[in-house]
Amino acid sequence: MNAVEFHDVSVRLGGQEILHRVSLDIAPGEFIGVLGPNGAGKTTLMRSMLGLIPASSGIIRVLGRPAARGNPAIGYMPQVRGTGGHLRLSGWDFVASAVDGHRIGWPFARKAARAEVDRVLDLVDAAALARRPLAELSGGERQRLLLAQALIGRPGLLLLDEPMSNLDPHFQAGAVALAKSLQRELGVTILFSAHELNPLLGAIDRVLYLGRGRAALGTVEEVITSPVLSRLYGTEIDVIRLKGRIFVMAGRHDVEHDAHRHDHEAEAAHDLLGMSPHDV
Amino acid sequence: MFDYDFMRNAFAAATIVAVVAGLVGYFLVLRSQTFAGHALAHVGFTGATGAVLIGVSPLWGLVVLTVSCGIGMGAMGERLAQRDVAIGIILALALGLGLLFLHFFTAYATQATALLFGNVLAVDDQTVWTLLGLGVVSITLLAVISRPLLFASLQPELAEARGVSPRLYSMLFAAIVALATAECMQIVGVLLVFALMVGPAAAAQQIATRVATGLVLSAVLALAEAWAGITLAFYTDWPSSFWITALSAGVYFLAAAWRAALAR
Repeated sequence: MNAVEFHDVSVRLGGQEILHRVSLDIAPGEFIGVLGPNGAGKTTLMRSMLGLIPASSGIIRVLGRPAARGNPAIGYMPQVRGTGGHLRLSGWDFVASAVDGHRIGWPFARKAARAEVDRVLDLVDAAALARRPLAELSGGERQRLLLAQALIGRPGLLLLDEPMSNLDPHFQAGAVALAKSLQRELGVTILFSAHELNPLLGAIDRVLYLGRGRAALGTVEEVITSPVLSRLYGTEIDVIRLKGRIFVMAGRHDVEHDAHRHDHEAEAAHDLLGMSPHDV
Repeated sequence: MFDYDFMRNAFAAATIVAVVAGLVGYFLVLRSQTFAGHALAHVGFTGATGAVLIGVSPLWGLVVLTVSCGIGMGAMGERLAQRDVAIGIILALALGLGLLFLHFFTAYATQATALLFGNVLAVDDQTVWTLLGLGVVSITLLAVISRPLLFASLQPELAEARGVSPRLYSMLFAAIVALATAECMQIVGVLLVFALMVGPAAAAQQIATRVATGLVLSAVLALAEAWAGITLAFYTDWPSSFWITALSAGVYFLAAAWRAALAR
């Protein structure tokens, strides 16, 4: 049984076809890096597995069952990360809100629920920081609590939507290493979306690259090639390998970087431009 | 001071309303929907004056209108709750309509002041029982939905993936807020609902980092402020609503200052 199966799946969102007849199989225990330009459908792909966005055609199966809302076997770390950043609520209480959160009743954790919260916090090594209020945690620390929350209920599949998006490059490696250790320890299947491939190299088993409604799934060597990416981007793409790093370039631009440049990345982008591609 | 009937009624009403306001307010502050709560109170003013105009009890007029507007607001989704302009305009319209209804019933000038600023010393036996009934309903509802409500408030996307409908809980919670608002109006009036519903809850969230302690502290603070406000009103002859707002603001700023001092 595959962890995830897409059979000829199309997904429409707001009148636009985000995924067009995508078929793919992901084996249990695989660590998949999900890449692609902004708007390529990384989030849509994950939300369709959760049953939050229905497929307009085709079949999606997750852990042997058709995709449906409320599947407890899927752990999810959404990209839109709640509103808790200003709260004085403790990290522990924040994580605990997800335990049995779908059942009615008052929100005071019983013994089993408390043990579950402590277990997932230990898994991501966040027991100490969970005692502090959310408002006093850094983006990276809060992200670790969100990962803990995704692990509640021992899911077989973890969907991590851009877990590195608010992290400094230095902490990005830590986020990948943490996901890798969860894969090893728990045997869980992981889909980890990112806008840059390099931090994921060496950790992921295969890469799922999305673009213009299409998807390519395979090893880095198979997928990150000029012909495959040119098809996904719809323009001539060069793939440049340098000292164990890979740059995906359209003409003179690093497309992964340009498409997603955030404020805190300006520096990293500057470093990259300093070593401009035509020097290579 | 407990020799007087009206004082016993005032304390009974204040006790019921403060507990409801403290508990409901905790979630309202947590969800950053305090302004929406404020707007609901203004809608209540329209309901109350409209009820008077057609000869129905003002309390029921405001309960019906706030609850239906609350549910409508919840149905329109999470985003609307934070749309300050839309809410502000509805708030002004509600007060304007309320004024129009009063215009047709000029004899009710005292009643208008009572609606706007509350008059806890005028609460009669029957109103105490009505408040108790409404209070039991709102707290029971809150107890039943509070776990998914907390989940959907803190992590709407994850909650949705786990099968919790953020919109459904938004609507249910808005109905509870509307009930609590209607209760608060009896004590502090339309314009000052913030004092009971938001002040104690916001102060509690400055101090407590656990959900359980936060909820208890919020209710205790609301209770203490309401009791102290009425007592001070009795001895000074100043309006009780003034004292409650003063205590609410004082406690909130003390809590914020205490927290800031700790952070240093």
